[in-house]
This record gives sequence, structure tokens and C-alpha cells, in this order.
Amino acid sequence: MTIFDKLMQLDRRWVFLFLAIVCVIAYASSFEVPILVEPEVRSIFQFIDTLPKGSVVFVPMDYDPGSMAELHPMTYAIVEQCWRKEMKVLITALSQNGPGMADQAIRAIVDSLKVPKTYSGVSYPAREIVNGVDYVFLGYKPYPAIVILGMGQNFRLPFPLDYYGTPLDSLPMMRGIRNYNDIACAINISGTNATDYWISYGQGRFGFPLALGLTGVSTAQYYPYLGSRQVFGIMGGMLGAAEYEELADNPGDAKDAMRVQLPAHLVIIAFVIMGNIAFFVTQRKQKRSQKEGGR
Amino acid sequence: MVNSVKGRHMKHKLKLVLVLLLFCWTTAAAQSDTPLPDTVAAAPSIPPPAPVTNLQAVDTDNDHGHAITLTWEKSADDGAGANAVVAYDVWRWYPFDMDVVDSLRQDLAATRDAVRAFRIDLPRAERALEELREDAAKLNTTRFRVAVPDDSGFTLTVDYALRKLEDTIAYMRDNRPTLMNRIKPEQQELDQALERLTQAHAAFPQNGEWRTVGKALAGATGFTNTGSKDQTSSDFFPDYSDLYYRVEAVTIDPTVRSEAVQVGPVQSTGQWFHTGKIPVVLFVAMFLVFTVTFVQLAKRGTDLYVRPLSGIEAVDDAIGRATEMGRPILYLLGIGVATEVNTIASFSILGRVAKRVAEFQTPIIVPCYDPIVMAVAQEVVKSSFLDAGRSDDYRQESVFFVTNYQFAYVAAVNGIMLRERPATNIYMGKFMAESLLLAETGTLAGSIQIAGTDEIAQIPFFIVSCDYTLIGEELYAASAYLGREPVLLGSLKAQDWAKAVIMVCALIGMVATALGWPAFAHFFQVTG
Amino acid sequence: MKQQLPRIIVLVFGAFLLFQFFVPHESSEWIYEFLLDWIIIIGVFALAVGIWSLFNVHVEKIKTRKFGWKYSYVTLAAFASMVLFGLTAQNGQEWGWFFPFLVTAVLTVMMIVQAWASKGNAKLFLIAAGVFGLSAALIAWLDGSWSFYFQTAAPLQSFMFRRTFDNILVSLHATMFSLLAFFIASAAYRAFRARNVMASLLLIAALVVMSRFNPYLEPLFGEKVNRLSNWLMNVPNLAAQRAIVMGIGLGMVATALKVVLGIERNYMGKG
Repeated sequence: MTIFDKLMQLDRRWVFLFLAIVCVIAYASSFEVPILVEPEVRSIFQFIDTLPKGSVVFVPMDYDPGSMAELHPMTYAIVEQCWRKEMKVLITALSQNGPGMADQAIRAIVDSLKVPKTYSGVSYPAREIVNGVDYVFLGYKPYPAIVILGMGQNFRLPFPLDYYGTPLDSLPMMRGIRNYNDIACAINISGTNATDYWISYGQGRFGFPLALGLTGVSTAQYYPYLGSRQVFGIMGGMLGAAEYEELADNPGDAKDAMRVQLPAHLVIIAFVIMGNIAFFVTQRKQKRSQKEGGR
Repeated sequence: MVNSVKGRHMKHKLKLVLVLLLFCWTTAAAQSDTPLPDTVAAAPSIPPPAPVTNLQAVDTDNDHGHAITLTWEKSADDGAGANAVVAYDVWRWYPFDMDVVDSLRQDLAATRDAVRAFRIDLPRAERALEELREDAAKLNTTRFRVAVPDDSGFTLTVDYALRKLEDTIAYMRDNRPTLMNRIKPEQQELDQALERLTQAHAAFPQNGEWRTVGKALAGATGFTNTGSKDQTSSDFFPDYSDLYYRVEAVTIDPTVRSEAVQVGPVQSTGQWFHTGKIPVVLFVAMFLVFTVTFVQLAKRGTDLYVRPLSGIEAVDDAIGRATEMGRPILYLLGIGVATEVNTIASFSILGRVAKRVAEFQTPIIVPCYDPIVMAVAQEVVKSSFLDAGRSDDYRQESVFFVTNYQFAYVAAVNGIMLRERPATNIYMGKFMAESLLLAETGTLAGSIQIAGTDEIAQIPFFIVSCDYTLIGEELYAASAYLGREPVLLGSLKAQDWAKAVIMVCALIGMVATALGWPAFAHFFQVTG
Repeated sequence: MKQQLPRIIVLVFGAFLLFQFFVPHESSEWIYEFLLDWIIIIGVFALAVGIWSLFNVHVEKIKTRKFGWKYSYVTLAAFASMVLFGLTAQNGQEWGWFFPFLVTAVLTVMMIVQAWASKGNAKLFLIAAGVFGLSAALIAWLDGSWSFYFQTAAPLQSFMFRRTFDNILVSLHATMFSLLAFFIASAAYRAFRARNVMASLLLIAALVVMSRFNPYLEPLFGEKVNRLSNWLMNVPNLAAQRAIVMGIGLGMVATALKVVLGIERNYMGKG
């Protein structure tokens, strides 16, 4: 049995092992991967960057802890950008395991704003972010399609109280904020099919500007909506998050993870090429032996 | 140990003391949005600009009411000259009765808030009082101070704190019934005031005043005044009331403005049909016609050709294989809920597969992600076994709920696959990231795999790791293909014809737009 | 009637919601909002059905001693513990008798499960459940260092809930999701072979898109890889996805119409 025959019958566990070793080595090394920014991510950044102070940005965080690695960096980058620019953020979490995780993320971002920072040469002073004034966290309700439709009438319809049990009407930020007409845009960060509902029931029915932050696996599926301008931007997976961090000049977990993702991709490409070489060689050998057998 | 009064502060763990004490002393100060002062550079005296012309006000179209759209022709001084217009101020006439309504609404909201606050704060206050008394009893003195939990360093004597807590609790206990009894009369008063609004609006120009409702920037030729339909909202916009508007062109000096142009009366109402959705109506009507036509044709016995679906044709072979090997069939409905169309399609396929399984007497395992899906799946499988005349073979525990956490579900199903070693795995429905995990584990277990999903992102994973895959709408066609019922075949043909119409319209639209006739494409635009 | 009543309900509500889409008037909106509220309420009741099924399945497993039956105890104990963590919170810094309460409450549930699953000694287990239950209730009543919170989100910030959620559930979810990377690698190795023209196109497209963000290819190929990758995502991929989405859309409309008109009745477990 030649090496090429062995490659054709390679046990998948060798692939797992090799990939794991490469990921561990890459994680232990320290090097930076230059990030090239795509237009669909840039459009989200520019849209938010040009919003006036006091605008309300809606960030539905519809993902589970499983997708946290890819989607948390997006959330951090966007919400921190909004708060640095003194905009207000309305947050909801329409996935079952999302609220606890969203609450944790909010607290972490609030803490990070207690320190002054400089992004792209602009200095931002430390800020005290207050619940009810700078952000409102609505929490979770089942059946995302129903909740999205309900919020189109009034946020208070599915969420009379916020996640912490306070009536929405007693929150200063929610004065004058009735439904999607009163928000500047929605950035749906999702690892579930809630994105489909946001596009068809949310943006389709109520017409507000919508951008998406998605896991890498589902990104390709939503490019048609970018083409038809139903969404104005897409951040795809860890790479999309890294691109956003690059634009915001706010390096975080996504940029850091690129030094693992790049070698992992190279390993997969190498295996694919090796597999094809083995395939062609074994095919030629089979054809040759068939010809010889035919004689 | 006794704490001396002077210089010793005991941090009290009750964070509510100050809040509860302040409850009696202060009233909630309403936040007022302080308007930003307009900074107007000193400007030389300029003549007033020309007013807008042809001002019209109409009920906003295709909405639920509560909105009026104003249109006008720009002022002649818009964007030119020393008295250039920078904005248009829009005013609406408000009867003073609107203020009465607003005041009654605020009173009612305050009463409701107070009742709600009592419900939460009264038990907290009682708990705080009890704990403070216990602490005092433990220390055998009330001669110590408690620090208020706001880093101000402010302290209170325990005696005072206890007294105030007792007063607060007594106040809440005494006033809660009173407040609750106030809600109904206040609501009635508000309702009566709302009823008077229509007459109040009709009394124009008496008993009212003009108020600004918005601003349009220079160059604008329209403005929509919207409000809430909710009568308890601060921006309630009454329907069926005579409304009057004025528009003034404003220069850089806000005191220099044009003569006001007035329009009215105009009433807002909701519409009974959304004209922006006409293309949808036409499409649905067309689809219904196709469906009814082809169903009738099928019922009459017309042979309707449906191209073979290799995935569905393999189901019979797969079930046969499972029977020969004496291994079960695993059927997954996906991670959708029972209201989703792809799950409903999967129920249809499950029904047909279960019937064949019952005929072959092969075990079937159906782990479910959603409890309602489980309930429906049990009924479907039971009916199928009944149809096949094998009701005794049906086991309710073969269709069971696992968990509705995605990866916990995957872990459980993977475990079932590796333990039970099903001969055939059928994945029909909605799948997300777990699709590859399931399919790869199925390959490891040596099962034949047939998948069908409309989740586009997962189709490549199924194609790569399953033996047969139904792509997109083939999932919806599968039920018709399996059963060959005339009615279902008819609706399948209707889908195909609808697709053909869409393709033709897309082609015509492409050509028309390229030739400079965008009206064809615009006809299909759906608004609202 | 058993078959006809659900069909009538589906027809009436399906037709209403179809027409409601085209009627913006306030009256139709009011009914629509009312129905939305009810759907959420029904969804919550679905949870009760699910919990019942969970108990049923695991008790059956214990009763019939199926493979892995001991893990069913772990599942049920974890379920009971998490519910308690989500409904209780400390009132101060002290734990008091919280952990003894937790143990007695979980033991109560386990005794009930055992009574349900046992073949002869149900009474004994029920008595034990009663004893543990009473102890748990007494501790809950007398211990003031923690409380039940049914109306606020305070327990969701409690130490135990946060620790189990952040350190156990989140880690487990992340672990399962990360398996996907390895499975994708092995699936790519097996599937991306240039067997024929179409497979070769798939292979080349996959290689180009995977190389898209590789900044180290830029000195070799310039912007070409990036532009080709963008073209692949925005033109052929978009065209194919649009076609599939339209087909799926039509399929969904057809299925929904069949359900509303009563042609499709499998969801009722048709007889």
C-alpha cells in the first residue's frame, strides 16, 4: 500500500489530531495577522460612526453560549463604539440561553468604559454607563417571530418590564421610544434562525435599517439580502468580528483568534490538496491497471 | 460587643434603608428634557421669507390611523438669498382639553406606579425592619449608627432608622388600598376626557393654542405628523378629530419667519386595505387559482408528472435494509418548533415513513427537540401505525422529548446513534450548526443517511456527509411524492407554475429595466 | 368533531391572519396583538409539556433499567438544582442553611422519582419524600439568609446560578460547538475531491474563499484572490441562494396554504 492509498483511506482522527496540534501551537505563539476589511463590514461601521449623539441603536443578541466565541467580540466592539460616541443601546436576547450571557457581556462592556481610551487617534474619556439611561436590556421572550412583530407595534407589548423587572415606562431612555420607528438601526447578532425573522418580519414589515452579525457557517446564506439592500451590512463569523475591531481600532478576542484561525484554514487547505493529489494518483494507477488487465 | 455611638459606624447590610426612608420624604422628580439652547449668531435684520404654497394635509395612507401627511411647495426663498429658509416649522392646533387628558393620564400612571412600587417595596421594607430589629436585639442596644449604603459617609441612628421604617411601612399599608381604589375613577375620568376630545377639536379656534409638532429641513416638501394610538401614551394622536396645521418657513434667525400658511380641518383614520401590498394580493390570488386548478385536474385523474427525487426513492430501500439488518430507523424532525413550515413538512414525511416502518415491523426512534413537536409526532406515528393495521406495535416511548438545547440535543442523539447503531438515519426539517455533527456521527455509526432541509447554510454539510439530500423545496415536495395523493400533487404543480411565472416576470423586468422602462419592476415593489 | 374542530380553528385563524396582513386598520391590529400575546402564553405552557416529557422518559429509563439508567438520576437532580438556583437568592452575604435546603429539596424530587419508578416500595419512597419535603419547607420558612424570588430577576444574578451557567453550561455549549471545526476539517478532506467538473468547481471555489482573508497571499497575488472571492460570494453564490430561497418561499406558501385549507392534516395525526 503506497502512501497515496493510505491517504485515501486516512482515518479522520489523524485529521482531528493534526488540526488540534496546529491550533494549540498557534494559540501558544504570538503573532499578529493583518486584517483586510470587507465593504459589507465597513458599511456597518460607517453607519454607526455617523449617527448623531443620543441615537438609539437596537442590538438583538440572539445567540447561545455555543456561538459566543464568534459573536461576543462583535457585540463588544459595536456596543462599546456606541457608548463611547454617547449613543444609547437597546438590547434584547431572543434565544433561551442568551439573557444570562447578554447580561454578563453588558456588565463587562460597562466596566471597560470606566477607563479612558483612544481609538483611531480620538480620545474618549471614562464614562459611567447607567441602566435605564444609556441602555435598556429587555431580556428574553419565546417565539422570536411573535416578539419581533410585537415590538413593531410597541416595545412594551412583548416587554412591559425590562430584564431586571423595571417597567419600561419608568426608564428615562424609553421615553419617546415606542417601536422601530424610533430607533436609528438594528444590528442583529445571531447564531440562530432569528435572523430570518428579523429580515422578513422585522425589516420587511417595518422597514428599519438592519445589519447582521452572523456565525461563519450561516454568513453565505444571507448575502442575497445584502444584494437586495434589505440589510446594509454583514459581519461574518470571527473574521467579520476581527474586521470590525480593526475598523474600530479596538483589538479584542476576534483579532487575537485570527492567529489560530489562519493556520487552521491552512491545515484544511493542505489536507484538501493532499487528498486530491492522492485521489489523482490512485485514479491513474487504477486506469493503468485496468488498461493492462484489458490487454 | 456594644458599639459606642461616637466614631463607630456599623455597616449595615440592608441596602434599602435609605431608599425606603427617602420614599417618604421625596417625590419622584420628573426628569425634564432640558431643551438645548439654540445658539444663534447675531445676524443683521433680514426680511421675512416667502411662505410655502399649495399646502395640503391628508390622512396618511396605508396605516392604522393616527398620522397626517402635509405636503407643500417650497418657499421661493428656499436655498437662496439673504433671507434663505433653513427649515420649516410645523404647528398643530391643540385644544386645552388635550392638556387635561395629559394631566389625567399622568395622574393615573403615577397611581399605578405607586401601587406597583408598594407591591415590591412593602415586603422589602418589612424585611429590612425585621433585620434591623434583630441586629439591635443581638447587640442589645439601639445606640449605634448605620451607614447609608451610598459611600456618602452619611449615618443615621438606629432609633431614627427604625422609626422611619415603621412610618414608611405604616404609610404604605394605609395608602395602598386608597391608591388602588383611585385607579378605577381616574380611569373613568380619563375615558370621559378622551371622549370630549373630538368636540374640543371641532371648537377651533376657541379654547386651544398652536404648538410645534416638528421641523422639516430646507428643501423638504413634506412632513408626516404621527403619534401613538395608545390613549395612555404621552403622544396620543386622536383619530376622527378635526385637526388644523400651520407651516412657517424659518430663516437662520428663528424670529424671522414667513407668514403662517394654514390648512384644515383634516381627520386621520385607519385604512381597511394596504394598497402598497397589491402585488402580494395578486400573487396569492394567482397561486390559489393554480392550486385549485391543478388539484381539480389531479382529482379528475390527469397524470401530473413529478420528477424523481432520489432521496425519497431511497427511503423504501433504506427501510428494507434496516429490516434485514434488524436495526432501527432513526428519524429526526430537526430543531424547529411545530409552527414552522419545515417541521410541518417533516411531519408529513414522518407519517409516510412510519406507515412503511409499521408495515415492515422495523423499530423507529424519533428523538424530539421541542415538546409540542413531540406531542404532534406521537400522534402522527400512532395514526400511521393504525393506518398500517399495526396499532399493537406502536410504542409511545419510541417518540420522546430529549431537550430543547441545541447541543445537548446533539450530544443525546449522537449517543443514541452510537449505542443503537440505526441502519438508516433520516433528517428532515430544520437543522442548524448541529447538522454536520449529526451526519458525521451517523457516518461513523455506519448508517445510510437521507437528509432534507430548507436551511441553505446546512445543505452543503448534508450533501457532503449524507447519501441522499433533498435540497430546499424538495423537502416540501417529498410529502406529495411519497403519498402520490392527487391533492398534494396538484399543489406541487401549482408551485412549479408559480415559479415559472416568477421566472418570466424576472426576465421581462430585466429587459424592461435595461430598455429604460422601470415601471414594470416598480409595479412589484411592496411597501409597508 | 375531533377532526373537524381543529380544522375549523386553523381555517378561521389562518384566513384571518392572511387577511390581517393586508388590513392596517386599528381594529385588525388590536385582534392581531391580542393573538400575539396568546401565542406567547401557549408557548410557555409548551414548557410544562416538555418538562413532563423529560420526567416521563427518564423515569421510564430508571424503571426499565435501560442502558445508562443511572445517568437519569443525574439529569433529574441537575434539573431540580438549576430550577432552585434560578428561583432563590441570598439576602446578604451569608449562606445560612441554603445548601441543606438544596440537598433536602433535591432528595424530595429524587424520592418522588423513585416512588414513581419503583415496582413495590412506592409508599416507602413517598414517605421519605414527605419527610425531606417537610424539612426543606421548614428550612425555607425559618432561614432568613436567602429567599425565593418569583417576580424579579434577582436570582439570575445569584452566585450559584451564575457559576453553574457561566462555568458549566457555557463551557459545555462552547465545547460542543467547537467540535464542528474538526468535523468540518474531516468532511472537507473527504468531500473536496475533483471527481468531475462540478466537484472540481466546488473545490476551486472553496479554496479561493478560504484563502480570501489570508493576508500573506497578497504579496503573491495582489488583490486578485480577494476580488475573486468577493465575486464568488456576491454573484454566483447570491444567484444560487436567491433561486433556492425563492423555491423555499414558494414551498412554504404552498404548505401553509395546504394547512390553512385543511389539505395537509398530518400535524393533527390524521386518522
